[in-house]
Amino acid sequence: MKRLFSLVFALGLLVVACGDDDSGATTSAPADTGAFPVTVQGTEIPALPERIVSLSATHTEVLYEIGAGSEIIATDVFSDYPASAAETEKVDAFNLSVEAVAALDPDLVILSYDPGDAMAGFEALSIPAILFSPPGPTSLGAVYDEWQELGRATGHTTEAQALVREVRDDIDSVVAEVPQTVRSFTYFVELDSTLFTVGSGTLLNSVFGMLGLTNVVGDDAGAYPQLSAEFLLDADPDFIFLADTVCCGQTAETVAARPGWSELSAVGNGSVIELEDSVASRWGPRIFELVLRITKEVYGVG
Amino acid sequence: MTVESPRHVSVRSLLLAAAVASGAIAAAVLIGPAGLDPRRVLLEVIDRLPLIDVESGLSPREAAIVWELRVPRAVLGSLVGATLAIAGAAYQGVFRNPLADPYLLGVAAGAGLGATLAIVTVGSGSLLVPVAAFAGALAAVAATYALGAAGGGRRTGTTLILAGVAVAAFLTAVQTFVQQRNADTIREVYAWILGRLGTTGWADVALVAPYAIVSIVVILLHRRVLDVLAVGEDEARTLGIRPERVRAIVVVAATLGTAGAVAAGGLIGFVGIVVPHAIRLIVGSSYRVILPLTVLGGAAFLTIADVIARTAVSPSEIPIGVVTAFVGGPFFVVVLRSSRRDSS
Repeated sequence: MKRLFSLVFALGLLVVACGDDDSGATTSAPADTGAFPVTVQGTEIPALPERIVSLSATHTEVLYEIGAGSEIIATDVFSDYPASAAETEKVDAFNLSVEAVAALDPDLVILSYDPGDAMAGFEALSIPAILFSPPGPTSLGAVYDEWQELGRATGHTTEAQALVREVRDDIDSVVAEVPQTVRSFTYFVELDSTLFTVGSGTLLNSVFGMLGLTNVVGDDAGAYPQLSAEFLLDADPDFIFLADTVCCGQTAETVAARPGWSELSAVGNGSVIELEDSVASRWGPRIFELVLRITKEVYGVG
Repeated sequence: MTVESPRHVSVRSLLLAAAVASGAIAAAVLIGPAGLDPRRVLLEVIDRLPLIDVESGLSPREAAIVWELRVPRAVLGSLVGATLAIAGAAYQGVFRNPLADPYLLGVAAGAGLGATLAIVTVGSGSLLVPVAAFAGALAAVAATYALGAAGGGRRTGTTLILAGVAVAAFLTAVQTFVQQRNADTIREVYAWILGRLGTTGWADVALVAPYAIVSIVVILLHRRVLDVLAVGEDEARTLGIRPERVRAIVVVAATLGTAGAVAAGGLIGFVGIVVPHAIRLIVGSSYRVILPLTVLGGAAFLTIADVIARTAVSPSEIPIGVVTAFVGGPFFVVVLRSSRRDSS
């Protein structure tokens, strides 16, 4: 492990700062009124939305980033970023009441989860609603597509395109810095303390793969398998990423105290990395932060 | 009450049951997703015995898999299985109802509510979770008992079961409400509800063992009285037994054991139904025979279920509650059918 690290450094890989990650596109360019009506995800939006209800934390982050924040009148209880999203009126997206949302008189509703077919309710009430079907995009390309769709739906097409370009370039430049290693590092991402993790067909898995890392789970375990502790000890990943630091209070210390975990290489080498749950599980603009963090922790670059 | 019929458990059947349970525990220690060499695993376990020093050839990490994960999990599985099974048999005995188990009495629902409240307030890693589950289980059984008494004065088996169903439904509704109000912890609660053995190793074993042992010993001591109760309450009274008192002691003992088991393993269903009835089908209906065999049978059943849970879809794990319910659901129907045929 340490040997591999020194090798990486010995290769003299350049650290190119790719700053401006805080260049929030808060530019309030005039919305593109002329484009309406538009059809997004099969829903016709007759006029430029001015009262948006976002029932998805990821999409809330994107909306604020593309300058649609001032049009948001309510968000779901998980929308806690940026800070102004946390202060909007709150709706429970997991027990959604169409009537409660309708009472807010929205002209656009964004959903990413709809087991109770609230979409039918919104259609009956002639409230334009867009559903980005769960479990969400599985590749960065699909993520960018979603952002552009949100841009079209809210009249912020230009900002959305700019955001996509910026994040894509930033990520590409980080990926370009990922050094060749003797062998691919292995990793385990912990979604909760009962060892739920991500497998093939998930965005997180593809992001890690893009950065040259190999999931200990392999390709055949499905999207969100629950690992046995024994398998994990046997697989002995080079890196452990904790995406349950907020929800479940896990830290490098709590993990090291689990039975048998003190024998793990990642624990011994200090390669247990604490991520913020929401950064690791959403696919908003902060995905660049995630990419940067992983690269920094694993390769010491970025 | 005649003494001619063989109403004591034979040494041979005890030995056989013990052999099955030992085999299950051995399988649990030897088999696992890590694919360690069974011979080395065996040497590693022998090495841990006092005064014996052999070289197993396992790396420290592999040794940790054996000693920190597999062995405590096998021990935990047998303790939880034994406790749930004998608790089920005990409930069936005192309530003279073949379908009685911790679920029907609201014990499991009470434990579930207690654990849910603890998870949403202090988080799933907290030591308070098992304690809260325990408190909830005791409160639920007390409520069931009180409600059963209010219903008809005398706590007959039927009114108690009905009271248990009402209490369980109420507590489950409260739990669902609390869960929905705290969507951010919903998956932790869900994982706990499905039941899982051992992410905390020996700590869980230490937590369960006192409850399990007290519960099992107390119930075993009442095995003869349960046989008398099975004949009828009036008959029991003529023999100087006070049915209400016996029922209270056995129910409290079974609830203690259940709460301890539930606190460590989550809600693992059907063990209390499957095991006692399987034993009954083989050896007849005397509690003096059933109860000791149920302890061993429960240990074997849950340990094997856990081997399946750990290895069937490796590297993933199936919640053990799903495995036991998969076997237990169909079995429950068979028991229901045969018990209806008996009573008609």
